[in-house]
Amino acid sequence: MDKIIIKMRKDVSDKIIAICKNFNNDPVELINVLHQTQDFLGYLPAEAQELIAEQLHIPTAKVYGVVSFYSFFTMTPKGKYPISVCLGTACYVRGAEKVLDAFKKELNLEVGQTTPDGLFSLTCLRCVGACGLAPVAMVGDKVYGRLTPDKVKGIVDEYRNME
Amino acid sequence: MANYKYHILICGGTGCHASQSAQIKENFEKIIVEKNLQNDVQVVGTGCFGFCEKGPIVKMLPDNTFYTQVTPEDCNEIVQEHIIKGRKVQRLLYLDPKSQEHKSDSKHMGFYKKQLRIALRNCGFIDPENIEEYIARDGYKALASVLEQNDPQGTIEVLKKAGLRGRGGAGFPTGLKWELCRKNAADQKYMICNADEGDPGAFMDRSILEGDPHTVIEAMAIGGFCIGASKGLVYIRAEYPLAIHRLRIAIDQAREYGLLGNNIFGTDFSFDIELRYGAGAFVCGEETALIHSMEGQRGEPTFKPPFPAVEGYLKKPSNVNNVETFANVPVIINKGWEWFSSIGTEKSKGTKVFALAGQINNVGLIEVPMGTTLREVIYEIGGGIKNGKKFKAVQTGGPSGGCLTEKFLDTPIDYDNLIAAGSMMGSGGMIVMDETSCMVSVAKFYLDFIVEESCGKCSPCRIGNKRMSEILDKITKGNGTMEDLERLKNLAKVIKDTALCGLGQTSPNPVLSTMDNFWDEYVAHVVDKKCPAGQCRALKQYVIDPEKCKGCTACARACPVGAIHGTVKQPHEINQEACIKCGTCYEKCKFNAISIK
Repeated sequence: MDKIIIKMRKDVSDKIIAICKNFNNDPVELINVLHQTQDFLGYLPAEAQELIAEQLHIPTAKVYGVVSFYSFFTMTPKGKYPISVCLGTACYVRGAEKVLDAFKKELNLEVGQTTPDGLFSLTCLRCVGACGLAPVAMVGDKVYGRLTPDKVKGIVDEYRNME
Repeated sequence: MANYKYHILICGGTGCHASQSAQIKENFEKIIVEKNLQNDVQVVGTGCFGFCEKGPIVKMLPDNTFYTQVTPEDCNEIVQEHIIKGRKVQRLLYLDPKSQEHKSDSKHMGFYKKQLRIALRNCGFIDPENIEEYIARDGYKALASVLEQNDPQGTIEVLKKAGLRGRGGAGFPTGLKWELCRKNAADQKYMICNADEGDPGAFMDRSILEGDPHTVIEAMAIGGFCIGASKGLVYIRAEYPLAIHRLRIAIDQAREYGLLGNNIFGTDFSFDIELRYGAGAFVCGEETALIHSMEGQRGEPTFKPPFPAVEGYLKKPSNVNNVETFANVPVIINKGWEWFSSIGTEKSKGTKVFALAGQINNVGLIEVPMGTTLREVIYEIGGGIKNGKKFKAVQTGGPSGGCLTEKFLDTPIDYDNLIAAGSMMGSGGMIVMDETSCMVSVAKFYLDFIVEESCGKCSPCRIGNKRMSEILDKITKGNGTMEDLERLKNLAKVIKDTALCGLGQTSPNPVLSTMDNFWDEYVAHVVDKKCPAGQCRALKQYVIDPEKCKGCTACARACPVGAIHGTVKQPHEINQEACIKCGTCYEKCKFNAISIK
């Protein structure tokens, strides 16, 4: 078998190796390892998955299988300001779809994409638990409630102006 | 310990947290110190009060004054008026929409009158990050008495007699579940808490974990003792950072107090809890899928038997209960099974927590005795439909449940009645819809959720639901036929009969129940090519009323496809063939001359 070529910087790979070690390189802890790696890198590139597989002594296919199964894990880097629009039922019946459309239009993005300047990414999520404020969207950790399509531009501008 | 005259309780649930409740707490703390009141007034961040609609909530003790929609700027006035001068801040009190009177005590508010809080008993009363506040409210007393009696089977009998059923959805008797696991001898067993609340629009479990994490820890330890497990695992959604944070604090505190760890209360019993994180997969709410996910695998369900009680986590006997189920256990042991079984209906005992949301006046978290009717929940607690619109349907049970119509409003809520009505209890999401909701679109919304979340292991769920979603898409675009409706029904039945897991088997429920209750609406989409609720874009028709149209040309200039024709100061007309139904003209018209048909 060919040796896996790891293109990562050494400090990055060292950190991932340390995360794996922290969980005793135990395959049962794979999801926890992936969580911490994603916290660290912002996403889970193929190289990181290969390295984790090697450390936990499991096939890369298994790691990829788990990464692709769970919606929380992503293989594309998120924007500096990740925007997630809640599409839970409470938000849906209060017009979340129109809010999502407004974000798509304002950022010229489809769900799952990141703007070319790396500033914004757009995703959907299911229920933030702030149904009293429906419809809601999150930018990073900040929750914006009682949204209407015409409020969208203001929110995006708030972050554009910070640049 | 300081003897405070006033306590200011500030809701720190997710809803209020998102509306700056942390800032409110900080402001209060600052002002109290500034005014040198720190020995008289205690500021406490609590869990969810439930009345999310009017959040952020601030409650004053001992007089029980309930302030709503408080902003960080209001803190000064509250301290100055309420605490220093002893006058209530009228403008922040709850305004009863019917009597137009301000109500200061939450007990007199329609939202709270019919509620009975058992699982949520401590939410909004105690500081979830302080174990002593939990202990002061009989916390860990149940664990102490269970260990003292040293009769695990006896404790299980108490739960069986109390009639506690699983609050996660299916309603399996909790005592029996524990007994089955207890009977399987093994060197290691696991007590697992399912906190993977995946239903869209449901936030009961997160509110309990955020507001009263110790109750879950205590109940897991009791359960561990009863089934013979020394290890507990909480499987919690990674999307719930606040709940994870509070649970971690609570576990650390319990360890520090010797309530987790080796030889609890000086007995032979040892028990500790670890957290495992979900990663956003709805199917992991199913217990076999949850166990696989905890093992670091894809969260795919497997066929039962073997049940987890025989072969669960790492092939050892395991017991999985949901958060709300656990929250009931310590109270039942403290107050006795007779008390618990006196609440509720014949086959469903106790209370149920619901996350009330949608087109309703009082969105929030509620807990009512089993047997309360939907009408009481929607009109008395929920305060009726928003903007005076007409009630159309209420959806219970999430993607596994169904939509119930007006004729079920007086049905007492319990496990069996909801199933008989074509829906189910589920974990407790309750979404109210008004006349502007299109039921075909709602069915499609749930089905799309399932299509996205289906784990893909069995073909009925993976392929069947995809085909159903395509048919519904066709119908909402105005291309459906009556044969499509038949195909939809047949597919739904096949999926129900042949899918592998509980989630797959119940996935066609939203379609079946809307077809049962709103058949005319499906027919209107298919035969008349009309959407009665006016939601389906492709079926909308924008029409200009020639009497109201002033010929200002604003719509014609805005139309992206040039579908509007007319001369200045003459009524305009929309070419229906060219119209893409974007609604721009409708928004631009200043004379309300454009209507949707």
